[in-house]
Amino acid sequence: MNIVVCIKQVPDAKDVRLDPETNTLSREGVKSVINPYDRHAMEEGVRLKEEFGGKVTVVSMGPPQARAILEEAISCGADDAILVSDRAFAGADTLATTYTLSQAIKKIGAVDLVICGKQATDGDTAQVGPGLAVRLDMAYVTCVQQVSTVTDKVVVLERMMDDGYDEVEVELPALLTVVKEVNTPRFPSIRGLRKARVADIPSYTAEDIGADVAMLGLGGSPTQVVKVFPPEPKGDRTILTGSVDEIAEKLAEIFRESSIGG
Amino acid sequence: MLIIDTDACIGCGLCEDNCPFDAIHVEEGKAVVGDECTLCGACIDHCEVDALTIDKEEVAGIDLDAWSGVWVYAEYRNGRIAPVTHELLGVGTDLAKKRGVKLAAVLLCESAGDVPAELIASGADIVYTVEDPALKDFTDDAYGHALEDLALKYKPEIILAGATAIGRSFIPMVATTLGTGLTADCTSLEIGDDGHLHQTRPAFGGNIMATIMCPNHRPQMSTVRPMVMQANESDASRTGEVISETIAPERLISRCRVVKSVYTESNQVNITEADVVVSGGRGLETAEGFRLVEELADLLGGAVGATRAAVDADWIGYPHQVGQTGKTVASKLYVACGISGAIQHVIGMKSSETIVAINRDEKATIFDIADYGVVGDLFEILPAVIEKLKK
Ligand SMILES: Cc1cc2nc3c(=O)[nH]c(=O)nc-3n(C[C@H](O)[C@H](O)[C@H](O)COP(=O)(O)OP(=O)(O)OC[C@H]3O[C@@H](n4cnc5c(N)ncnc54)[C@H](O)[C@@H]3O)c2cc1C
Ligand SMILES: Nc1ncnc2c1ncn2[C@@H]1O[C@H](COP(=O)(O)O)[C@@H](O)[C@H]1O
Repeated sequence: MNIVVCIKQVPDAKDVRLDPETNTLSREGVKSVINPYDRHAMEEGVRLKEEFGGKVTVVSMGPPQARAILEEAISCGADDAILVSDRAFAGADTLATTYTLSQAIKKIGAVDLVICGKQATDGDTAQVGPGLAVRLDMAYVTCVQQVSTVTDKVVVLERMMDDGYDEVEVELPALLTVVKEVNTPRFPSIRGLRKARVADIPSYTAEDIGADVAMLGLGGSPTQVVKVFPPEPKGDRTILTGSVDEIAEKLAEIFRESSIGG
Repeated sequence: MLIIDTDACIGCGLCEDNCPFDAIHVEEGKAVVGDECTLCGACIDHCEVDALTIDKEEVAGIDLDAWSGVWVYAEYRNGRIAPVTHELLGVGTDLAKKRGVKLAAVLLCESAGDVPAELIASGADIVYTVEDPALKDFTDDAYGHALEDLALKYKPEIILAGATAIGRSFIPMVATTLGTGLTADCTSLEIGDDGHLHQTRPAFGGNIMATIMCPNHRPQMSTVRPMVMQANESDASRTGEVISETIAPERLISRCRVVKSVYTESNQVNITEADVVVSGGRGLETAEGFRLVEELADLLGGAVGATRAAVDADWIGYPHQVGQTGKTVASKLYVACGISGAIQHVIGMKSSETIVAINRDEKATIFDIADYGVVGDLFEILPAVIEKLKK
């Protein structure tokens, strides 16, 4: 089975924050990491390969430094990695991103299964998976919490819903986006680390993937970010003091007001 | 491409300080942009000498005037209209009024029953219904094709859907096939003076807000976070038109088959829809301790939330987890008991209206985002409050 896993490099969520005094983003010690959901996507790809045979290729669109997460993916069991990188991709919204990724994946050849994370923690859109499936003309299922069976025709899985879950049978080729319940990602193996060190990771440009330049990057993105600003600061906070009884009395009052109020 | 006018640039470094991506640096007195640039535009707003511009080729615009009307996707599953639908009709009413157009709801289901009447009472002027056995279970391709076909037939300028499991799954398909923009998980929607939809949403786990527009394509599409918009008062005397539509059968053939739907009991109070959420963390110490949180939630008619630490300890099931890898809640009241306030948790609850935190460590970061804080032992405080509320 030919499996492709899409992974993205994101700033570590806990590091990105606004300096409350200057209202600017403090970047001190902001690390770039693999999008947490994509670790589960990677693991699921490798797990299915181990169980059903085949090959896992990880693909990432991003700046040259995204190579680091591709190496990490190889150390965790992926067979091949492809970086999709070109200045022309900058400023891509999800529509342009899915176009770019789909062009790169088409170049890989016949793919049976594409696995993405549910969402990337920088933008939290969760739109790339479904959009990519449309462009690759594949069936898709989002928020997969368990993959139970894979045959050469279908995958049987569980899709997380707001009120429970659905058991779904989907025809191959298909694209899945996964949530963290789907598996527990492994750590890199010694052999994997050695493999990653010498891995040949090609970098595809816009030309390599035969892309129509008008559909790439900012120009190919219907949405535009027109303003970036800090969230409204919270009003003053009140620390309740007094005896346990007094505090309990005040809390009861706050609870009654704010739960019945609006 | 970010263009830097090196004649105008005075090397002040404001752009460098304000770049969320560490992509712009002052070198030898002039700003230089690197590969990390995502063209977000944050630097441009801060540049005081107008030295920065983004070069965007104007796309040959489509005929924007051909698209008119505001649509709301009416989510309906397991015999129930998702509450966010009413909220969307609330904000949709304002948007439609500002644009001087009608507000329509789109209902995809096996059989509509009284649902259209409810949607009209909630503010819809028109309800488009597609009733087909193929729509009994939710599948992305059948639902996506149905909405796409209707959108191409009627050409609405705006389509809104809830940022729910269903909305966030199939709406991106519709946006992609229509070749238009989609903004996820919006928390504010307005019509600007330019007549376009201004969509505001949190990014980077809520540390930044971004306003996004889709100026040259139609429809303008957004998924909207539940519990943020205000629903209209339901008015049974409102009148509206119900238009029954048929979708070509081959468009409703799905490559996915729902074998069965399992509605888990613990989800009966869906925490993302609750007005009150009482959450517990590691500070509750044991499964036994966690019952205090459940008791308080019960008394307040609310739902129970939890940190990952509490879920990992098996004190409560995963559907209750709030945060980056759990659910996002925006309740009227959020009570955090024995929770330290790790960013991964805070991301999932900080947009709640009133936040109350109880923690014995006065330095706990949860107090940074709380409206009311109690520094103390929750094993003393919670029983006392429960006692008071019972009276
Ligand atoms: C990739 C990733 C994703 C994650 N996703 C999530 C997520 O979605 N949701 C989530 O919640 N976490 C998530 N986490 C975990 C998160 O980082 C924290 O570890 C977790 O939220 C801590 O839970 P806690 O506040 O219950 O526990 P702790 O951090 O241990 O805090 C317990 C608090 O209770 C207080 N306390 C103890 N005893 C008492 C008492 N008797 N009275 C009053 N106060 C008391 C202590 O002072 C302390 O502040 C994630 C982590 C990672 C790395
Ligand atoms: N630039 C990218 N390169 C590779 N995969 C991506 C990229 N952007 C998004 N993805 C994939 O799409 C998923 C959803 O991302 P998003 O829609 O941005 O929230 C991620 O978890 C990745 O699997």
